[in-house]
Amino acid sequence: MGLSIMSIPITLTVNGVRREIVLEDARVTLLDLLRERLDLTGAKKGCDRGQCGACTILVDGTRINACLALAVSHDGASLLTIEGLADGDVLHPVQAAFLDNDGFQCGFCTPGQILSAVALIGEGGLAEEGGPADPERVREGMSGNLCRCGAYAGITQAVLQAHAAMTHAAMHAPDVLPGGNLTEDAA
Amino acid sequence: MKSFDYVRAGSLAEAVAAASAPGAAYLAGGTNLVDLMKGGLTRPDRLVDLTRLPGLDRIETLPDGATRIGALVRNGALTRDAGFAGRYPAVVEALLSGASAQLRNAATTAGNVLQRTRCGYFYDPASACNKRSPGAGCEARGGITRTHAVLGWSEHCIATHPSDFCVPLAALDAVVEIEGPTGRREVPFDVFHLLPGDTPERETALRAGEVVTAIRLPPEAAGFAGHSRYLKVRERTSYAFAVVSAAVGLRLEGGTIADGRIALGSVALRPWRAREAEALLAGRAPSPEVFAEAARAALAGATPSGDNAFKIELARRIVVRALTLAAAGTPGRMPALPASPFATSPTAGASHHA
Repeated sequence: MGLSIMSIPITLTVNGVRREIVLEDARVTLLDLLRERLDLTGAKKGCDRGQCGACTILVDGTRINACLALAVSHDGASLLTIEGLADGDVLHPVQAAFLDNDGFQCGFCTPGQILSAVALIGEGGLAEEGGPADPERVREGMSGNLCRCGAYAGITQAVLQAHAAMTHAAMHAPDVLPGGNLTEDAA
Repeated sequence: MKSFDYVRAGSLAEAVAAASAPGAAYLAGGTNLVDLMKGGLTRPDRLVDLTRLPGLDRIETLPDGATRIGALVRNGALTRDAGFAGRYPAVVEALLSGASAQLRNAATTAGNVLQRTRCGYFYDPASACNKRSPGAGCEARGGITRTHAVLGWSEHCIATHPSDFCVPLAALDAVVEIEGPTGRREVPFDVFHLLPGDTPERETALRAGEVVTAIRLPPEAAGFAGHSRYLKVRERTSYAFAVVSAAVGLRLEGGTIADGRIALGSVALRPWRAREAEALLAGRAPSPEVFAEAARAALAGATPSGDNAFKIELARRIVVRALTLAAAGTPGRMPALPASPFATSPTAGASHHA
């Protein structure tokens, strides 16, 4: 039954594209697979131990740390990385909000921050019905993403702006595309 | 990381058979196991992947009113289940106060219960640790012991169990459902984790090859929904393990406590159920004096395992605070900072000087 020295074929859908991958080693994480095999280097390797959040990606719509996820265990999953978030040249509202609010300095943690924020806004619960998002709930919901430059104030502002833009857009244009992209320029 | 064989189990029977080989370990969310493997602290020869097993990812209400949480239900999914949160708010508050959203989305019910201690000496391969190498000694003794155990520890191990989730589960009389080579059995939650004694390498009641299939909350556990809290003191506001925590539940009848539950977290190598303290609550009206009496009883057997006597008084105060907040009623909406004793909301109630 052991498969460690055999080739293990898996299938992943990465940013909407189906990929057939043969693993030569069961130790490969989703993070290493993305970066080393698929040349998608947006997800970053910070701590590699599930503490910093720089490797955050969406797997089947939920945010996880790609560094602790064995690829072989995620056969069949659908992954969204920062490379798949924008709609062509149109930035996702969270990307636009990070630019508008200086939600970064060096940028290393930013792909993880943005995907974490996309998921956080999608999870709901940041605001009372129809109201603005609560900054304290934003900070708590983003606490799994560390920023060593300390851009937290801008990051919180960016998530608040994106939340407002996406809530507004969802009310006026409910046909959100599967990747989370909006059909209108909500930013 | 050492290389390993990978087995994707298609059924429980297949999983149990595959895990009977020496050096095998079960894999689910991987948030603890993969981390330990990267650190060289756990070196399995074979991983038996449970994530494809059918039927273990459900939250079920049983005919008698009990709730069964499947072993593979992700911690994050459990927090987002509105029906579950309404019945067991302290369990959800505990989960939301632990780790990060990313980790909760991957970590599973059984994996959380089975997570290893975060003792810094256990995590440091250069330090002697009786858990990692039985008989090697415990380098935590006489070391940096601020966060170590004050209850149930031994000279061989002073580590604590780090889970938040487990604390309300112990308070609510949860049951661990197990399947293994000799069939199915159940273990009461508050004796599932073993105290260290002179065999700290033995951590749970699980026998070789056994697998946790579910955690079950008995019918009466939902009776505390209106008056229950989990409170957790941390070194920082969020994303940190507890220094001390407490889960409490009160069932009030006509102004008196018909049934009270208290469990403490991060004070021992198991989530610590305080039954003597609970007995003092029964039949009494809630009051600061009664809560203080219960808190003293909960910590009556506590002794420092090092430079951590402050945890005993801190635990007493967090028990009083949790009981006070629970008596006032479970908040209608989850606090912005779940389990924080320093929540900024004016409705959070208690003063900082419990």
